[in-house]
Amino acid sequence: MLLAAASSGLAAGLDPLALIAAFGKAFNDTRYVTAIWLVLPVIGLLERHGLQERARALIAGMKGATLPRLLTGYLLLRQIISALGLTTIAGQAQTVRPLLAPMALAAADPRNEAEADRVKAMAAATDNVGLFFGEDIFIAIGSILLMKGFLEQQGIVLTPFELSVWAIPTAFAAFAIHALRLWRFGKVRR
Amino acid sequence: MIALPFVYTVAGLVFAASALLAAFDGSKPRHWVNAAFWALLALSMLAGDRLGDLGNGVLVIGLVGVVAIGRLGPASASAPEAERQERATRHGNRLFALALVIPATALIGTLLFRAVPWLVDPKQVTLVSLALGALLAFGIGLAVLRERPLAGLQEGQRLLDALGWAAILPQMLASLGLIFALAGVGKVVGALASEVIPGGSLFAAVLAYGLGMALFTMIMGNAFAAFPVMAAAIGFPLLIQHYHGDPAVIAAVGMLAGFCGTLMTPMAANFNIVPAALLELKDRNAVVKMQVPTGLPLLAFNIALIYWAAFR
Repeated sequence: MLLAAASSGLAAGLDPLALIAAFGKAFNDTRYVTAIWLVLPVIGLLERHGLQERARALIAGMKGATLPRLLTGYLLLRQIISALGLTTIAGQAQTVRPLLAPMALAAADPRNEAEADRVKAMAAATDNVGLFFGEDIFIAIGSILLMKGFLEQQGIVLTPFELSVWAIPTAFAAFAIHALRLWRFGKVRR
Repeated sequence: MIALPFVYTVAGLVFAASALLAAFDGSKPRHWVNAAFWALLALSMLAGDRLGDLGNGVLVIGLVGVVAIGRLGPASASAPEAERQERATRHGNRLFALALVIPATALIGTLLFRAVPWLVDPKQVTLVSLALGALLAFGIGLAVLRERPLAGLQEGQRLLDALGWAAILPQMLASLGLIFALAGVGKVVGALASEVIPGGSLFAAVLAYGLGMALFTMIMGNAFAAFPVMAAAIGFPLLIQHYHGDPAVIAAVGMLAGFCGTLMTPMAANFNIVPAALLELKDRNAVVKMQVPTGLPLLAFNIALIYWAAFR
């Protein structure tokens, strides 16, 4: 990444010291992107007291789950939780590997390993879709702040809310498209 | 007035605590590497404005150097599974209520602090509220769960170590985007685009912007890096200034078009390659392949949404 910055900067005729200073200034000006991690001690504290286990119990409580129903339910939950800014409650390591993938395999009952891999990959994909198209509804997520910062430099002042409200139509579309795919995924496999 | 420095101070203290905890955790391999990494980040948060541009540049090189030379050590374990299970049953849904303190404070603060512009910088109400919410939730959480403050900070360090280098990846990519803008990459892409886009066609401009966001995201692996480039190349000069489109729609939905690109690239390793490894899949691109049929129609939807909603 530094190489990419160096080559484009040098090609534009910046001398190395000026380039390091420019990158330093850019890094200092974008600290708000990393400041989001100040919530981690709270999340860690709650996880220590069983937040993930409680969330698992909630999802495991849904009985009679077919594969499409299970993954569609997870998609919806993941979108809603991400929209509340709780993006790190679930995730590939936190929920997909220990919880969603085993449950999806149990619901799908695959005939061979290739099929099992497809089911697991779909579980991972569902988590990503739910996260990406839920998180931007939350007003303090990094990407919203990045857009706000860019527009401010161009002299356009918008509140995070005015931006995040426009993530809602796409959130519905993502749910519709992916849920349709999950439904067909379950049918093809039956 | 409470503004960004307050937020950076809170974040800086979290990173500083992680650095100290890592430094004194002799049981962990490479704990000095983790300590150095979080200490540099704490320094950036607490004193970045006093370091000067060159100082900050050296700090970034230091961060990259620590990762490149030392490789971050692994995260330590949390409480044992059985213990967490027992606590989960005991605390029940109170855990969700505690988790909701942060977003609730962020939302309420954003709405309330607007009324007192002399107290909180009106442009930063959301971030300030978020930091306040985190402090509030930490305090209430310690009281309700009867936990020591040190245990909470240790859990924070565990999650930071699990993130590792990925913790500063978005900020690095955002900085890279600014450098690209400085070096005129946006202008180059814009000049290229203006040659490709038929003059006077609004739809072609929207199409180029949406596809460009997705493609550039696939190359860079992150929509954060693509956004400043495409916004500077097409979004701002053409769609906002020339065609007078709604900046909120163009920015927000453009970013989401980029997210569709994130679904379709192995460059977004965190989301697409790491899970394949975690789930022990034979094909490391299995997750990407599974996401493409969702990503493409959704990209089409986003482009149509910009075209219809931004130019009403």
